[in-house]
Amino acid sequence: MTTGSVWEWIIKSVVIVFGLLTGFAYLTLLERKVLAKIQVRIGPNRAGPMGLFQPLADAIKLIFKEEIIPSRADKIIFVLAPIITVIPALIILGVLPFGGIITLFGRQISLSLADLNVGVLYITAIASISIYGIVLAGWSSNNKYAMLGGIRSSAQMISYELALGLSFIGPILLSGSMSLHDIVAAQKPLWFVVYQPVGALIFWIATLAEVNRAPFDMPEAEQELTAGYHTEYSGMKFALFFMAEYIKMIAVSAIAATLFFGGYRFVLEDQYPILGPVWLLGKVIVLLFGMIWVRATLPRIRYDRLMAFGWKFLFPLALANVFFTAIGIVLEKLWLIPLLTIAVFLGAVVMVGISETRRWRSHVF
Amino acid sequence: MTPLQIIFIIVAVITLFAAIKVVSSRNLVHAALWLILVLFGIAVFFVILSAGFFAAAQVVIYIGAIAILMIFTIMLTRRVARDSGAQHNSNWWAAAVLSLLLFTGLSWILSRWQGFQSTAQPMLESADPLRQLGEGLVAPGGYLIPFEVASILLVAALIGAITVAWERK
Repeated sequence: MTTGSVWEWIIKSVVIVFGLLTGFAYLTLLERKVLAKIQVRIGPNRAGPMGLFQPLADAIKLIFKEEIIPSRADKIIFVLAPIITVIPALIILGVLPFGGIITLFGRQISLSLADLNVGVLYITAIASISIYGIVLAGWSSNNKYAMLGGIRSSAQMISYELALGLSFIGPILLSGSMSLHDIVAAQKPLWFVVYQPVGALIFWIATLAEVNRAPFDMPEAEQELTAGYHTEYSGMKFALFFMAEYIKMIAVSAIAATLFFGGYRFVLEDQYPILGPVWLLGKVIVLLFGMIWVRATLPRIRYDRLMAFGWKFLFPLALANVFFTAIGIVLEKLWLIPLLTIAVFLGAVVMVGISETRRWRSHVF
Repeated sequence: MTPLQIIFIIVAVITLFAAIKVVSSRNLVHAALWLILVLFGIAVFFVILSAGFFAAAQVVIYIGAIAILMIFTIMLTRRVARDSGAQHNSNWWAAAVLSLLLFTGLSWILSRWQGFQSTAQPMLESADPLRQLGEGLVAPGGYLIPFEVASILLVAALIGAITVAWERK
């Protein structure tokens, strides 16, 4: 380990963290603009040209807001909770490859921070830690709404973590490796979404639940819980929760792009490796737009329906997906995997439809 | 001392301190949080031993699942988060002597082991412990039968949990 490589790591980490923070600021603007367009409104357009300085204005407002700590709150945990929420969101992308190897100032620089041989497991580990921030925020606020939000979020995230973990297994089986670099390399001929259409869908739905986005934003359901786990938070502490949610959105979109949509690889990437991060960013923006679109389209799911959906539909479907992926790989007929999994998926949808219609007819809700 | 040894000592001190706080803190949620710090320290030990898989598995299973279930249960139960009773009874000296004996005994046994004084060798670049672990678990010559027995045990536990929680109508 030379001093040069240490500096390289530090610079890369700083670039990743600052990229995520800037991405967070402009993702909030993108979301407000897109939501406004979908709802036939104008959206933020006052601060700067086309409202481009709006995130800056928001940040300044939040910094100068008064921070209130409830008198009977558990003070240490109350202060720690937002920090515990943000850190996993910032470090989860440490194993992600952003591009190939470029030559800069006569040095070979690989556009990634670390290549862990258990990269996918690292991501699940970090994702499982990120529950704590929300649960502790809810508990330490000494507020019933916040507490309910915290309990809801822990139950929801544990439930959807199973389906999320199982949807990782498809790309792992297809590439034969848990390293994200190998998974990207294995997608050179064909993106994994072709072999894993159902796996990608499960991943997508489960990550929406993991980052507490609509339609799974139960922990902060306004009508029922005022603001859920962050009811008592104000000023910069509230901003940290907000930041964590949006950084996690970026992170899971980048992970989805890496696992199922070929990562940083796209046309001309082989000749010009510098294009890698650009393609990855493009894919991330498309996926983020999808998340915002879902939020603008779907109403929030009722809590018991959310749990039933996670445990009775998504989890068995993810198990079936793993099973049929393994069959396709053992038989060495990879084209079987999408056919079988889509058939199972459609069968499951029809079955749920029939049983729900029957329940609706007999009025047993 | 190598940098790794310094890291080991720092992490060990933090882990031991957190372990003492687990049993001595009066607030159950705080105790659970200290326990998470202990589990995290163990994960760091796995990293120091270059066992990345075990470190990640430790975090996923213990911190991500078991500890969060503890916190979840504590939150769902009312008025147990604070304990005001005595923290030890009159037999505390017997426990102290016993644990001291156990510690010296274990240290004595370990000191007779030939690898006790040698420093750890860095892992070979070509070694793939993950693949070796996987093959050890499912290869016919490996630990296939214990692995499958463990799976059956887990399925039995799952079915048992569902049976206990089933609301018969």
